[in-house]
Amino acid sequence: MSRIALTVKDLNIELDPSGIEIDRDVSFVLQEGEVLGLVGESASGKTTAATALLNFQRRGARIAGGSVNIDGREVLQLSKTQLRQLRGGEISYVPQDPGSALNPALRIGIQLREVLEEHGFGSSAQERRERVEEMMAEVMLPSDEEFLRRYPHQLSGGQQQRVVLAMAFACRPKVIVLDEPTTGLDVTTQAHVLSTLRDLAKAHGVAAVYVTHDLAVVAELADRIAVMYAGRVVELGPSRDLFRGASHPYTRGLLAAIPVIEGRRALKGIPGYAPRPGRRPQGCAFQPRCPYAIERCEAEMPPETSVSADHLVRCWRAEEVRVMVTVAGVASEPGLVGGGEEALLSVKNLTAWYGSREILHDVSITLRARECLAVVGESGSGKTTLSRCIAGLHAFKITGEIDFQGKPLARLARGRPVPVRRSIQYVFQNPYSSLHPRKTIAQILRQPLDIFFDLERDQREARLSELLELVSLEASLLRRYPDQLSGGERQRVAIARALAADPVVLVCDEVTSWLDVSVQASIVELLVRLQREIGLCMLFVTHNLALIRSIAYDVAVMSEGRVVEYGITDEVLANPEASYTRSLLADTPTIKDVAL
Amino acid sequence: MSPGRSKGPQAVHGSGLELSEEVIGPGFENVSAPRAQGAKRRNEWVQLAHDAVHYRRTQVGLLLVFLVTVLALFGPLAAPYTPYEFTGLPYAGPGDGGLLGTDNLGRDVFSRVLNGGRSVLVLAFAATAIGGFLGVTMGLVAGYTRDAIDDLVMRVLDVVLAFPQIVLVLLFVSILGPRVWLIVLIVGLTHSPRIARVTRGATLEVRERDFIKAAEALGVSRVRIALGELLPTITSPLLVEFGLRLTYSIGLIAALSFLGFGLQPPAADWGLMINENRVGLIVQPYAVFVPVVLIAILTIGTNLVTDGMARAMIGIERDTGV
Repeated sequence: MSRIALTVKDLNIELDPSGIEIDRDVSFVLQEGEVLGLVGESASGKTTAATALLNFQRRGARIAGGSVNIDGREVLQLSKTQLRQLRGGEISYVPQDPGSALNPALRIGIQLREVLEEHGFGSSAQERRERVEEMMAEVMLPSDEEFLRRYPHQLSGGQQQRVVLAMAFACRPKVIVLDEPTTGLDVTTQAHVLSTLRDLAKAHGVAAVYVTHDLAVVAELADRIAVMYAGRVVELGPSRDLFRGASHPYTRGLLAAIPVIEGRRALKGIPGYAPRPGRRPQGCAFQPRCPYAIERCEAEMPPETSVSADHLVRCWRAEEVRVMVTVAGVASEPGLVGGGEEALLSVKNLTAWYGSREILHDVSITLRARECLAVVGESGSGKTTLSRCIAGLHAFKITGEIDFQGKPLARLARGRPVPVRRSIQYVFQNPYSSLHPRKTIAQILRQPLDIFFDLERDQREARLSELLELVSLEASLLRRYPDQLSGGERQRVAIARALAADPVVLVCDEVTSWLDVSVQASIVELLVRLQREIGLCMLFVTHNLALIRSIAYDVAVMSEGRVVEYGITDEVLANPEASYTRSLLADTPTIKDVAL
Repeated sequence: MSPGRSKGPQAVHGSGLELSEEVIGPGFENVSAPRAQGAKRRNEWVQLAHDAVHYRRTQVGLLLVFLVTVLALFGPLAAPYTPYEFTGLPYAGPGDGGLLGTDNLGRDVFSRVLNGGRSVLVLAFAATAIGGFLGVTMGLVAGYTRDAIDDLVMRVLDVVLAFPQIVLVLLFVSILGPRVWLIVLIVGLTHSPRIARVTRGATLEVRERDFIKAAEALGVSRVRIALGELLPTITSPLLVEFGLRLTYSIGLIAALSFLGFGLQPPAADWGLMINENRVGLIVQPYAVFVPVVLIAILTIGTNLVTDGMARAMIGIERDTGV
């Protein structure tokens, strides 16, 4: 019935000039109207493969072979002029960050018309104007002149991304490539963008390739899913088959790492991380991280085999993995404990300003000893401001009170007595900017030790190793620099730095939002363990409602600077009272019907 | 459980550290570069220099600077006469009086050229160092405090910037007299607003990063944050800026000598030589021509090196990019 829109065959991409392989033998076929989810961790080569569909490679990479065929045209053979016609016409691209994809100096109406003019779409200005209006209607944005005359910065992130979607669909392309287009967006916005995309692809018969590291995002969107690992497609099949009968251990690992709202399940991260090009092991690249690895895996790369029609997998033990019920994935009670009665840290009627704008209104929360409180909200909800007020990092005016162990806290960390400063530690959202790039891990971890403790040299060395051990890192990392570590490892170092002060309260501000889902799961595992082992009191700030059941006993849901719902996590998730919590719950992508 | 599992359970627990040895790399962009190997890692400056040397322009620049520097530093040892000796008639051509003839007073041009480079080099370096020290200090303070001090410092510097450099230098030198230390000090001072602007710009960007906030949350003192956290992060743009200011210093100091406000006769100095001998340009061109060419080579050389470093820093022509 449907026609084939895109055929990718044996696509090979390598680093230029070294020739180290990035992607190897990537093949798939897409029909009109079909959505393919291209899933993998960082460094799996998924974005590289996706841009190759447009015959584009960033500097330093080169398409070494293979074929990309769109509607009978061989994309990799086209001249530059033909390519320019093709891109944005037959095949279009939606990048990760809409803020940087739109030209900040041009009104969005002009940018939309430009696409049509470039590709000679429509015969008159009038026709093109109508097409712009049509496009805006399709992505559910107003198409009046006032809106089209806006600049990108005058739109919200979700609106920007929809404008980019409109541009991508403008010339009625055959294929559209989306590179994590909802990463920076709130769950509500993300849900809207995803449904818009799904409707458009179906309505116009556009084949879409959706690149993401989060299986949950594509669970409902994609018809088929290709899981990439170390530059190869390790499993490819219809979404349902993949969720019900994942046959590659890596796919299973990714599934086990996804937090689920319903039912309590301990998150399970995949140990280690995806090897970068040039550092991939012999044989099956996943073998060092694989719980099912046998000797054969180290020696030989498994060929592509089909476990059922349309379901391909690269694993020597696919048949066994497919029918296996893993112990690791099955629900185990995390057994989170409620704290004692004593309030350790209480925030009373906190109102905070940013410049002259009031962004927190009358917020009150209580942290009890040895307990984890999750603060959930979308961007702009004030959750980060709240956590920064507690950590003494809010540079503007606040009113209300923050009491720690019965005594009020000074606004800025600098104004707090040393024992208090030591007791409240903060872990930042972005591990790529929270560690000093010119310092070794040892130097970074020494800083709190030198400030708060008077240690002898060997005591200090011992403490450093102990800290790394606490966050499951090897002591050999001490001499490394942050840029030699993966994102997950950096975040562990950041947590170790906070633990170095021997804190009572640990404030974690969106500590997993920059990390892959599989790494997020292992960081959450770590935080849960720290709660249990050293009885840390934790404030866990996140935008992901699905995460909190795994980690927090209590939850405060925030919206527009207010706490709209506050209670025990299980109860809030089972019977959300605030309408905001309900809509947040509905929009959080999750996976159902998973067989693990 | 998983049948036939060949690895112990500890191999998959926790964070998978068993991997870190073989998979750790500084990042994708570095994979094909030789520096990615192992945990060994070079200082950032060394890395910058290493990258910069790959450019032809840097190589040419280094060669030029090297030639002039060797000439200036070791030239006096090879000079046949002292720079003050009268060796022949004024403006004698190369044939009759030494290799390059004689100057307006009959002194050997070749000997004076060999002796006249040191002052330019030393003064230019000293002026750049003074400007760098002052500029970086002001820029760091302004950029990190971001309050009234920032406004005050930057507005004052704006006023200084409004004057062309040479005008400011001439103003002070003509009031206080042509003294070497004064020239160095004033040239350095006039560089400092520009260096301060670059420093402040880089600081503004870095101070918003979380690792600065992390240090603040720990209660590290402001001075230590500025010197220990901020400064090491912005060294690359500063290095390039120093190179640029060095080029300007050379030109400026030579120009001052030419105008008669630099070194005073009978000192041997390239800028001064140009001035002294320009009247005889037609008769004895070497006395003007050679110092001019040497100054030009030196500035072009430092400029090329700086340009190479700037390119290496922002990654133009990097063979494997992100």
